[in-house]
Amino acid sequence: MTPQTDALPTSFPEATRTATARRVPETSRLFWSLRRELWENRAIYIAPLAVAALIILGFFYSTLRMPAGMLISTTVDTNGVVTHTSHGIDPIAPYTIAAALIMGTTFLVGIFYCLDALYGERRDRSILFWKSLPISDLTTVLSKAAIPLVLLPLLTWVITVVTQSIMLLINVTVYHARGIDTGPIHSGLPLTQNSLMLLYHLVAIHALWYAPIWCWFLLVSAWARRTPLLWATLPPLALGVLEMITLRSGHVFEFLKYRFHGPEGSDVYSGGQSMSMQMPLSPAHFLATPGLWAGLALAAVFLAAAVQLRRYRNPL
Amino acid sequence: MTCIEAHGLHKSYGSSVALNSIDLNVAEGRILGLIGPNGAGKTTLLNAILGLTSFSGSLSVLGRNPWTQRDQLMNDVAFVADVAVLPRWMRVSDAIDFVAGIHPRFDRAKAEAFLARTTIKRTSKVRELSKGMVAQLHLALVMSIDAKLLVLDEPTLGLDILFRKQFYDSLLNDYFDHHRTIVITTHQIDEIQYILTDLLFINRGNLVFGCSMEDFDTRYLELIANPAQLAAARALKPIQERQTFGRSILLYDRVPREQLLPLGDVRTPSIADVFVAFVGDPNQPAPYSPPPTSMPSSYTGAAQ
Repeated sequence: MTPQTDALPTSFPEATRTATARRVPETSRLFWSLRRELWENRAIYIAPLAVAALIILGFFYSTLRMPAGMLISTTVDTNGVVTHTSHGIDPIAPYTIAAALIMGTTFLVGIFYCLDALYGERRDRSILFWKSLPISDLTTVLSKAAIPLVLLPLLTWVITVVTQSIMLLINVTVYHARGIDTGPIHSGLPLTQNSLMLLYHLVAIHALWYAPIWCWFLLVSAWARRTPLLWATLPPLALGVLEMITLRSGHVFEFLKYRFHGPEGSDVYSGGQSMSMQMPLSPAHFLATPGLWAGLALAAVFLAAAVQLRRYRNPL
Repeated sequence: MTCIEAHGLHKSYGSSVALNSIDLNVAEGRILGLIGPNGAGKTTLLNAILGLTSFSGSLSVLGRNPWTQRDQLMNDVAFVADVAVLPRWMRVSDAIDFVAGIHPRFDRAKAEAFLARTTIKRTSKVRELSKGMVAQLHLALVMSIDAKLLVLDEPTLGLDILFRKQFYDSLLNDYFDHHRTIVITTHQIDEIQYILTDLLFINRGNLVFGCSMEDFDTRYLELIANPAQLAAARALKPIQERQTFGRSILLYDRVPREQLLPLGDVRTPSIADVFVAFVGDPNQPAPYSPPPTSMPSSYTGAAQ
C-alpha cells in the first residue's frame, strides 16, 4: 500500500532540476500579461479597425457618387477663365468626423474593457488559474491598466492616421479623375501637424486626464459582485442627485463634467470649428493644471485599491 | 525539511469556523491525502496554504508566509484549485506559450510530450475541448512545472475512471521524485490509497485523524466477526462496528492480527472504512464510538 519505490522517477534527474529554474524578469511577465489581455479582448483592436474600414468604404462611396455640383463651384472671371473650387460641403469635415468616430469607439471599448477586466476573471473562475502562476496582483492590475492608459491611445492614433491617409489618397485620386480642384484639401489638411496634435490630445486627455476614470472602472470591476457597469456609474450620479436635493448645489456634477470635458481649452473638436486641430492648451499649461495631478493621484489610489481587492477577492 | 508548518491556524467566516486552530507539519517529499466531507474546511486549508486567503495563527510553506510572501512562493508552488478554471477563450498553444513565458520552472518539452499522448489539438480553444481534455491540458501544464509543492484540489472531479487511473499513475511515475511534496484532496479516496504516503482527515474545521500510510497499514484491521464470537470481538474494543448483510464488521486500532483471527475473517480496511469510523457516516447519523486513541488535533507527518 505504500508507494513503490521502484516505480519512481527518472524524469527529473538532479542536473535538470536546477537548470529548469531560469530567471524571468518582471518586464517579461508584464509583456505576457499584456499579450494575454489582447488574446482575451480582441475587441480592443477589432472594433476600431472595423469602424475605420466602414469610414473608408463610406467615404469612398460618397466621394465617388456625390454630385459634382455639391463639390465644386464654377466661377468665370473677367478674362473668361473658368475655375472650379470645392465648396458647399466642407472638404475637411470628413477627416475630423473620422478621427472623432475612431476616438469614440476606442473610448467605449476602453470603458467596457475596464469594467470587465477584473470582474470577468472572477466570474468565470479563471482567476484561480492566473493566481496559480507566479504573476503578482500588481503586475496583473498594471497590465490591465496599461490597456486604456497606453495601448488604446497609441492604437487610436495609428488607426486614425492610417485611415486619414487612405481617405486623402481616395479624395485626391477621385477628385483628380473627376477634374475637381484638390487645392482646398491640401491647404486645409496639414496631415503631419494634425496627426501630432491628435497624438498630443490622445496622450494628454484620453490617457492622462481620463486616468482616474479608467482606474475607477478597474476598481469597481475588482470589487463588484455583479453588474459592474451600474456600480461604476450609478453611485456617482446618485451622489450628485442627492447633493442637488439636500444642499441645492451641483459640485458633484460640476466635478464629473470637468473630469469628462477636460481642462479649459483642451477641446480639439469643439463645434467642428477647429479644422486645423489646434489645441489651444499648451503642454506647459496642461502640465500646470492642478486637476491633472489631482486626477493622477486619485488614479494611483484607485489602482492600489484594485490590487488589494484582487488579492482578497474570491471567484464569484 | 519541512514543507508545510502550521500552528494554531485559524480561519472563520463570520460566526462559522472553517479552520479551528489547526497544527500541521508536512515534511518534504510526502504525498498527503487530505480527506474530509464537503464543507469540512479542506478548501479553506488549501487556500491558506496557497496564499489565497488570510488567516490567523502561524503558517509557513517552504519557509514563507503564503499570505504576505505569495509572489515569491508561487515560483515554487503549483496547484490545480478546481477543474475547468482554464480561461475558455484561450488557445492550447497560447496557454503553453503563456506559461512558458512567465514561469521560471516550466519545461515546455515536457508539456508537449504530455499533450502528445492526448488528442488535444494545439489550435483548439479551451471552450472547444471536452471536460476531460480541459483537465488533461491543465494537468499537463501543471505537471510540467518543476514545483516543490503541488496542490491538487479534486483534480479528477467529473472525469472517468480510466482517466483518473492514468492520471494518478502518471503523477506517481512521471512527477513524484521524493523531493516534491504533493497534497491531494478527493472524494474518491480509495483510488489514491496506493499513491499516498500520509493521510489526514479533516471534519468541521478540525484535523480528526492523521497518520502515515505505513502506520495505517499496520495499525488498522477489520474483522468480519462470526456471529458466535461477536461478544468476544466486542470485548477487544473495536473503534467502530457496522452491519453488512446481517454480519457485524468491526474495525480495530492496534489490536494484533493473531488475536482477531479466531473470531472471523480479518482484512485490511480501506481508507474509506476508517474515514467513516472517524468522521461518521453522513447518511447514518448514528453515534459512532469515539476512537480510544487520543484524537489528534494536530498532525505531524512522519519524518523522512
